[in-house]
Amino acid sequence: MISFTINGEPKSVDVDGDTPLLWVVRDELDLKGTKFGCGKAACGACTLHIDGAAVRSCSYPVKMAEGKDIITIEGLGQDGALHPVQQAWKEHVVPQCGYCQPGFMMATAAMLDKIPQPTDEDIDNNILNVCRCATYYRMRKAIHRAAEIKSQTKVQ
Amino acid sequence: MTNNQDDKKKGVKRRKFLKYSGLGLALIMGGSWLGRNTIRRAIFKNSETTIGPYLGDTSPLLWLQISSENQIFLHSAKVEMGQGTFTGLAQLVAEELEVSIDKIKVVHAQTKSGNLDGFATGGSMSIATLWKPLRETAAIMREMMRAKAAEKLGVDVKSLSLDNGIFSSAGKAMTFGEIVDGVSDWDIPDAPALKPPSEFKIIGKGIPRIDLHDKVIGAPIFGMDASYPDMLYASVVRPRLIDAVMSNFDVAEAESMPGVIKVVQENGFVGVVAKSRTEANNARKKVKFDYTPNRNWNLSDIEETIKVGNGTKTIIQKHGDPVDDISEEGEVISMEFRSPIGAHAQMEPNGAVAHFKDGAVEIKVSTQVPKITRDEVAKALGISKDKVNIIPTYLGGGFGRRLHTPNAIQAAIMSRAVGKPVKSFLDRKQEFQNDTFRPPSHHVMKARITEAGEILGVEHNLAGGDTLFNYPLLPSIANAAMRADIGSIRGGSIMYDGLPNYRATYYHSDLPFATSFWRSLGLLANTFAIESFMDELAIKTKQSPVEMRLKYLTQDDPHKIRIRNVIQAAAKKSGYSDEIVNGRAMGFAASIDTGSPCAQVVEVSIVDDEIKVHKVTVAFDCGIAVNPDQVRAQVEGCICMGISATLFEKMELKDNKLYPTIYGAYEMALMRNSPKEIDVVLIEGADFAGPVGEPPLGPIGAAIGNAVRRLTGKRLTELPMNLA
Repeated sequence: MISFTINGEPKSVDVDGDTPLLWVVRDELDLKGTKFGCGKAACGACTLHIDGAAVRSCSYPVKMAEGKDIITIEGLGQDGALHPVQQAWKEHVVPQCGYCQPGFMMATAAMLDKIPQPTDEDIDNNILNVCRCATYYRMRKAIHRAAEIKSQTKVQ
Repeated sequence: MTNNQDDKKKGVKRRKFLKYSGLGLALIMGGSWLGRNTIRRAIFKNSETTIGPYLGDTSPLLWLQISSENQIFLHSAKVEMGQGTFTGLAQLVAEELEVSIDKIKVVHAQTKSGNLDGFATGGSMSIATLWKPLRETAAIMREMMRAKAAEKLGVDVKSLSLDNGIFSSAGKAMTFGEIVDGVSDWDIPDAPALKPPSEFKIIGKGIPRIDLHDKVIGAPIFGMDASYPDMLYASVVRPRLIDAVMSNFDVAEAESMPGVIKVVQENGFVGVVAKSRTEANNARKKVKFDYTPNRNWNLSDIEETIKVGNGTKTIIQKHGDPVDDISEEGEVISMEFRSPIGAHAQMEPNGAVAHFKDGAVEIKVSTQVPKITRDEVAKALGISKDKVNIIPTYLGGGFGRRLHTPNAIQAAIMSRAVGKPVKSFLDRKQEFQNDTFRPPSHHVMKARITEAGEILGVEHNLAGGDTLFNYPLLPSIANAAMRADIGSIRGGSIMYDGLPNYRATYYHSDLPFATSFWRSLGLLANTFAIESFMDELAIKTKQSPVEMRLKYLTQDDPHKIRIRNVIQAAAKKSGYSDEIVNGRAMGFAASIDTGSPCAQVVEVSIVDDEIKVHKVTVAFDCGIAVNPDQVRAQVEGCICMGISATLFEKMELKDNKLYPTIYGAYEMALMRNSPKEIDVVLIEGADFAGPVGEPPLGPIGAAIGNAVRRLTGKRLTELPMNLA
């Protein structure tokens, strides 16, 4: 058995420890917001947070998650409210097909924890996921807006 | 009216809508056999300017369902693959139903409902073809409600007024939900007059897309998110080589792997069904077999095959003489261009979830062709079509990759074989290896110019591979009649009608791997060749590229007027200039596709030997923008996807192996490659809603090349572009 907390809930799973965390999250725990894109950590569709850091879960064996704190898109917002990144994504109507967007939002949320007011260069260097609909133009705006919402939320 | 399917059978009394069947299409094409070249030219001409009919039923009882709880369901025969189609369709319906958009819930029509689109979701045709029929559908539904409200309220039908979903008269009022409650029989009237655009309240508003919230919270809406209780997972053996025969399958080791339930060998495929996805994939890798290549293929062989002069020749556009025959005056200029094999690389892999039970099958699948998939599954399983129900899901990207989804057949066969629901998806490597690629192209542009700088003629000679007319599901007679296909040629005609001579000729060759539709088909590559060449002619003849284009667009045909409008608007909004300012140069290009003209001006610099696109100014005329915000989103997406194809994307081929097979190695535009400024001007004036999802892809490649030419003096003639 491998035990961890996910979106605040303690969970134990009985699977082969080499199974990628992505499939445990999707198929065992039925949290489908974390997406499969490539299986080789090359596209970022499967990005979630482990102990606060953005991780590409398709290439992360579940045994390494033992005792750790996992957050997925389903648990990104708190107390029933959307996370500032999700709010900004809505304001700028970012998604098209939407498939890769949870991965981008998770990558952005982790970046904003490290870099609260990212420059365009910070965004270029840190947001390396792939979006085939190529919604990058709106994403960049939404990332700046999310930083703004987040900083305002903290002040209050 | 609580059950959409049942109502269809008993409720419809009159149908006034034309139906266009696949057979009709075949006959039209078959009939053109005798006058092939003439008819081909007519079809190609139309493909650049004409919006076809909607190829399905538009009965209100198929499309719209009102519950007694006053919820309106829009059962869409078009799928949502990201283009905002559901939102646009809901706006069309809300406008004529006189309800707010939040009253409408859009869902994919299941094939068992009978609401079948005989074409596909693609070709930028969803809003464009349903623009009038669906508003009529909604207007008819509104009048059905009105008549029934009058009857139930006991008032004169003419006295009823409708405001936000409530009919009222003389102090009495009724919601749609109350009207439909208990009613099972409906009279369907003729379509009433539609609202004039001046009275639109919902059409033309940039309301947030209706799937926005689901897509921001990560809701399980995609095909890959679908599941059934007690479901098993499958992994299918797929070819790693092109033009090779797989044989002598040995599944003994796979069968003994942990978690394996069954190795299914039917209908020419081998699939491993196991308890988990990981177990299915691990076991599939243990299936042994032999490859026998029919011959050896390398990329150089493909480039040799796809070459102007090779294959079947079709003149697709002809005005005046070929450049070589015009006169002895002036000078002939010629340039060659190439585009590579392109991968779809959509983020959600293909696959399906099938549940075969009691002789019938239900399949949840991301597909652009629910009806065709249903028909194919029925045929492969030897069951009748009404025993197959395709439940379309949201698509994690389409771009043409899901215009044929035979994986649904495999999932259904495996579900039948194991007696449980089966989920079967490709992995990313399989997805790249088994893509239906955008065929490569080769272009020879030719022009004759006088010493005084007059252009006497322009010629586009194009070589490409199949897209549309080798489509396995089109009648073979269409293949025979057409040969040169309107996919590769899309955007391949010369739009400059003021030239004394112009023509386009297509050379078709078969390729040894599957090719198909890729967003905008040939538009990007053809426009790259033509508009790069036009720019070169402007430089050679010392003209402004904007003025030169306008000079050769002389006809008063409405399309030509709209092309001129976008050219002028893009030049004006961008302040187009040939000058290099602060290390940045501008590039100009324009195109028209499916009747929607687009002009773009890019601002480009070169940073660390890389082409950097800073700003794109776009003028686009799609007619009435049903949702201007989503039209802008499509323009922005087309531009970034076009930048990706222009600067990075290319498949390689060595010893029958297509590669790369992973993101990153298949290089694509990322955040850092996206322009920080995109300025979109939407041109208004037309009285219809035209195609949106592909036409803005046209000019971007040429515009970038034209900017680089001004910046460096070098003409880039190959996609992806390489400065070295």
